[in-house]
Amino acid sequence: MIQDPPPSYDDRRTPMSPQLVRRVAILGTFALTMFAIIFFRLWFIQILSGQKYIAQAKVNRVRDIAIPAPRGEIMDRSGNLLVDSKRAIAVQVTPAELPAPLQATTDTEEAHLVAHPPRPDVALYRRLARVLGMRGRARPCPINANATLRRALAAQGARVVDGAASVQLSPIGCALAQGFVQVSYANVTLATDVPRTVLFYLEERQRQFPGVSVQPVWLRTYPLREVAAQLFGTVGPISRSELKDPRYKGLPQNAIVGQSGLEWFYNRYLQGHNGKQQVQVNALGQPAGAAGRTIQPTAGNNLRLSLDVNLQRTGEQALAQAVSQVPDPNGGAFVAMNPVNGEIYAMGSDPSFDPNIFTHPITQREYDAKFGPTSDFPLLNRAIQTAGPTGSTFKPITATAALQSGAWTTSDVFDDTGQYCFSGQCRHNANMAAYGVVDLEQAIKVSSDDFFYNLGVLTNDPAARGGALQKWARLYGIGQATGIDVGGEVAGNLPDAAWRNHVNHLEYQCDHALGPFRGKAKHTPGGCGIADGTDRPWSAGDNENLAVGQGDVQVTPLQLAVAYSAIANGGNIVRPHLGLDIQQADGTLVQPIKPPSVRHLPINPLYLDTIRQGLRAAASQPGGTSFAVMGNFPEQVYGKTGTAQYTGQPDYSWYTCFVPSTATSKPIEVVVTVARAGFGAQSAAPVARQILSQWFFGKKGPFLGYGGAGAL
Amino acid sequence: MVTTTATPLRPVEQKTAAHSRPLLMLDPLLLLAALGLVACSLVTLHVATRGQVPGPSYYVERQALYAAGGLLLALILSLVDYSRLREYKYVLYGLMIVLNVVVLGTSPINGARRWIPLPFLQFQSSEFGKILLILAVGAFLADRARRLHQWRTTLRIVLLALLPALIVMPQPDLGTALVYVVVGFTLLFVAGTPWKQLAALAAVVLVGAAVVLAGPSLGVHVLKPYQQQRLTTFLNPPPVCGPRDTTCYQLNQSLIALGSGEKTGRGAVGATQTELSYLPAPSTDFVFAALGETYGFIGAALVLSLYALLIWRALRILMMAKNLYGTVIAGGILAMLMFQIFVNVGMTLGIMPTTGVPLPLMSYGGSSVLVTFIAVGLLQSIYVQGRQASSSKSRALIS
Repeated sequence: MIQDPPPSYDDRRTPMSPQLVRRVAILGTFALTMFAIIFFRLWFIQILSGQKYIAQAKVNRVRDIAIPAPRGEIMDRSGNLLVDSKRAIAVQVTPAELPAPLQATTDTEEAHLVAHPPRPDVALYRRLARVLGMRGRARPCPINANATLRRALAAQGARVVDGAASVQLSPIGCALAQGFVQVSYANVTLATDVPRTVLFYLEERQRQFPGVSVQPVWLRTYPLREVAAQLFGTVGPISRSELKDPRYKGLPQNAIVGQSGLEWFYNRYLQGHNGKQQVQVNALGQPAGAAGRTIQPTAGNNLRLSLDVNLQRTGEQALAQAVSQVPDPNGGAFVAMNPVNGEIYAMGSDPSFDPNIFTHPITQREYDAKFGPTSDFPLLNRAIQTAGPTGSTFKPITATAALQSGAWTTSDVFDDTGQYCFSGQCRHNANMAAYGVVDLEQAIKVSSDDFFYNLGVLTNDPAARGGALQKWARLYGIGQATGIDVGGEVAGNLPDAAWRNHVNHLEYQCDHALGPFRGKAKHTPGGCGIADGTDRPWSAGDNENLAVGQGDVQVTPLQLAVAYSAIANGGNIVRPHLGLDIQQADGTLVQPIKPPSVRHLPINPLYLDTIRQGLRAAASQPGGTSFAVMGNFPEQVYGKTGTAQYTGQPDYSWYTCFVPSTATSKPIEVVVTVARAGFGAQSAAPVARQILSQWFFGKKGPFLGYGGAGAL
Repeated sequence: MVTTTATPLRPVEQKTAAHSRPLLMLDPLLLLAALGLVACSLVTLHVATRGQVPGPSYYVERQALYAAGGLLLALILSLVDYSRLREYKYVLYGLMIVLNVVVLGTSPINGARRWIPLPFLQFQSSEFGKILLILAVGAFLADRARRLHQWRTTLRIVLLALLPALIVMPQPDLGTALVYVVVGFTLLFVAGTPWKQLAALAAVVLVGAAVVLAGPSLGVHVLKPYQQQRLTTFLNPPPVCGPRDTTCYQLNQSLIALGSGEKTGRGAVGATQTELSYLPAPSTDFVFAALGETYGFIGAALVLSLYALLIWRALRILMMAKNLYGTVIAGGILAMLMFQIFVNVGMTLGIMPTTGVPLPLMSYGGSSVLVTFIAVGLLQSIYVQGRQASSSKSRALIS
C-alpha cells in the first residue's frame, strides 16, 4: 500500500524559523570570510614570499664555526725549532651568553656587574670551579680600570688604592671580571690544555654550563725554554684598537695575534688563515645533522731566524756566569751579529725566563712575583731595551769625529801626564795611570782618557745640535733606534746643547709646577731629578764626558754593535735583523729578509785603518786593554773595553769586539755588557771571548773573568 | 494514524527498522572530514615530533589510539538521543565546575595547572569543560525557549558562561576562557536572543577588551604581561625580536616554517624549522606551521578544506536539528570549532594573537582529540535524530 520512496531528507527538514535562517546565514558568511582570509594569507606567505623565508630558514640553521689555524714556527738558521704551536683544548666563557649575561652600556652598569656578579653566574662559576679544579676563596681581584670605571667601582664598594681597583672575587669570577673589563665581547679563557675527562664532562652537560664552551686552540710552546726568551714576544687576543689597525685588517674579532717581539713584527707571515666549517645547529645551538662545506685552515708561514742556537746558548751561559759573579747583580746583555749584513747570530739578556709560563693563564700574584716591580725584570730585553753610558767603547766614535773634522790627525801626538785640566777642571785616567806621549792608535790601545778628554774639548761646539762629535755619533746611530725587527727598542740619548736646555727647562717647570706639571707638587731646584738643577748651559765638560762615553749619553748594546760594525765593514750602518727568511711549512722559500744598509758613512779609509789598528793592538799587544783576555785568541780580534760609571753603583762592564771579513770567512761582531761588574776586561770581555770561541771553534772554552788585567 | 493493523504494515515496519539503524544514517561527510583530519594529523606528527623525546612513533601511536577511542565515543554518542542529556544539565554544569576547580590543586606542568594525571591521559579539564558547557548552558537555554527575549535569560546565560571562564583564567588558560565566552555568545545568537541584547553584549565585550588591552597604560592590570604581549605583538611586530620576546620569536619561526614550505613543501627530510626545533611546539600549538613547512601550500590547503567541510556540515546539522536543544548544541560546537581553527591557524599565520588554543584533531593531545570526537558524535546524534524526526513526520503525513 505504502511504498516509501527513497528518502530525500532535505525535503523532510523541520521547518526553520526565518530568524534562524538569517542567523545561520550570518554564521556561514563569517566562516566563509575567515576561510578566505586564511587562504589568501597562506598563499601570500607560502607562494609569494616563500623564497624570502627559505633564506631565513637557512640563516637560522647554518653556523660557520672557525677552525683555528696554527701560527707558523720560528726556528734558528739551521732549522732548530725555537717556537712551536701545539694543539690544545681551552675552556672558554662567553660573557654575553652566561645565565645572567654580562652586558653593560655604562660604566656604572659595568662596575655593578664586576663588583656584584649576578647570582646565577656565581652559581655557574662555583660548578665550573669544581670541574676545573679552580676552587678558591674570594680574594682581592685587581681590575685594570680607567679613571671613570674606577670611580664607579669605588661607588660599588670596591677597594681603590693608588689608582688600582680591586674587588673580592673567586678565581673564576676574577678571570671573568678582568676579561669583561678588557674586551667585553671576547671569550675569556679559563683553562687551557684541560684533560679529556673534563672536556667530555663539559660537552655532555652543555645545558648545565650555559656560556661555557670547549674550543680547540693552538698554544705557543718554546722547546728550548729560557733560550732567547725575550726575542719572541707574546701572542694574545686582538684588542679593540688593534682591530682598527690596518696591520690586522680582515682578522676576526677573536683572533690571536702577535703582541710583541718577533711575533708582533712578523705577525702577517706567522698568522695563519682560520678555516671554517659550516654546521647545522638546532634551536639550542647544538650541532645537528650533516656538516656543510668545510674550508681547511692554512697554517702560518715559518720564520727562520739568523740566530745560531748554539751561539745563543753559549752566550747566555757565559753571560749568566759573569752575572753570577757580580756581588749585587743587575743583569747583562750581549749581541753577536754579522758586521757586514746585520744578521744577528745571538742576542741575549740576563736574567731570562721560560716563556712556556704564558701558555697557561697566569694569576696576577704569580705574574707580580715573577715579573713585577720587585722582580729583576726578566722580560726586559736588555740588549735593546736598556740604554746607558758605554764607557771607553765610545772612543772610536770620538776618534772618527776628531779625524774627520780635522781637529786631530793620525800623526798628532798628545802627552798624557795622567791628568787633564780644562778651564779649571781637572780629570785623570783610571788608576791614575799616565801613558806618556801617545798618538791616536796608541790612545785607543791603552784607552787613554786624557787623550780623549782633549779630543772632546777640541770637537766641542755649543751650537744646539753640537759639533763634530755629535754629528759623527749621530751618523754612527747613537741615540736612535736601530730598527731591528723585534720592536720595543729604546732610542737612547745623545747629549748636545739643545738636549741640555730641554732638560733644564723641564726641571724648571717641574720644580715650579708649571707647564705639564701644573697642579703637581713644587720641588727645590733639581729636586725632580730631570737635570741637576744648576740650570747650567752646555759646556766643554759635557763634551769631554761624551768623548769617553760617560755622563748623559745613553746607548743600547745593539746600537754600539751597529756602530762598531761600521768600523769593521768600512762605514756601512747595517740594519740589524733577526729574521732570515720566511718559509712555507714544507721549507719552500716565501721571502728572504735582507734589509739594505741604513746609510754609508763617508769616512776616510785611512782613518778607519788607524782606529782599527788601535782596536787590534788593544786586544792583541801587551799593554792593550783586553790583551789579557784576547791576546792568545787565534783569530784576528779587534776589541775595546768600556767601564761605564754610574753614581751610587759599581761600574758597568762593557766589551765590544769584531773579527772583520778581511780576516775570516765568518765575520762576527760582539758586544757584551754586564751591569755592576767593574772594568770591561774583568767581566764583559771574557764573555765575548767565549762567544767568539764558540763561533770559530764550536766550543766556548774556560771563563777568564775576574782575573784579567784591570783597564778602562 | 496506523497503529494496530498488523499485516499491511509489515513492510513499513521493516523499513522503519532499517531507518532506525542509526549507523547507516550517520552524516558520511562529517565522518570523512573528521577521519581525514586524523589521518593528516598522524602524517604531520610523524614529522613534527622527530626532535622530541621519546620519538615520533610514541606520539603517532598515542594520537592514533586517542582518535580510535574518540571515534568509538562518537559512534556511541551518535546512537544516543542527545535530548536526554538535557535532564542532566545540573550534573553536567556541576561536573564542569568541579573538574576546572580540581586542577587548580594539581602540581603545575610547565608552570600551568591544567591537567589531572590519569594512567593513559593527561586529563585536561578545560577541554572537557567546553563540551560540558555547551550541553549544560544549551539545556538552560532550551528550558527558557519561550523567555529568550527577556534580559534575565540573557544575563543568566552570560553568567553561566563567564563563571567557568573566570575559573580557567588562573590555570592559566586564556585560550579556553575565550572559547567559553565565544561559545556562550554563540549559544545566545543561535537560540534567537534579540539583536538589541546581543548588540549590548557585544558593546560590553568591546569596552572590556579595550580596557584589558589599554589597561597597563592606565594602571589597570587584568592580564599578565606575557599574555598582554601575546595579544598585541601580532598587531605591531618588531622588526627585530628582543632577546626575551618569545612571542615575537615564535611568530617569526612560524612564518619562516610556513613560508619555506612554498607550494609543495620541503618534505619530511628538508623541513629544518620543524626538525631542528626552531618551530616552537611543532606537535601542538604550531602543528599547522609544521604541516605547512613539510607539505607546503598543498598540504595546508587540504587540511583547511577538510576544516571547511567540517564547518559546513556543522552548519548543515545545526539547521536540521529536531529541537532547539539540538540547534544550540550544534551552534555551540560550531563556535568552538570555528574559534579554535581560526585562532590557531590565524596565530600561525601571524594574523591572530598568540593564544594556546589547540587545532582540533590536528594538534597532539588526548583531551583535545577526545573532546572533538565527542563534539562530532553529538553532531552525528543531532543529524540522526533530526533525520529520524523528519522521516517519521513525513511518514505520519503520508499515512
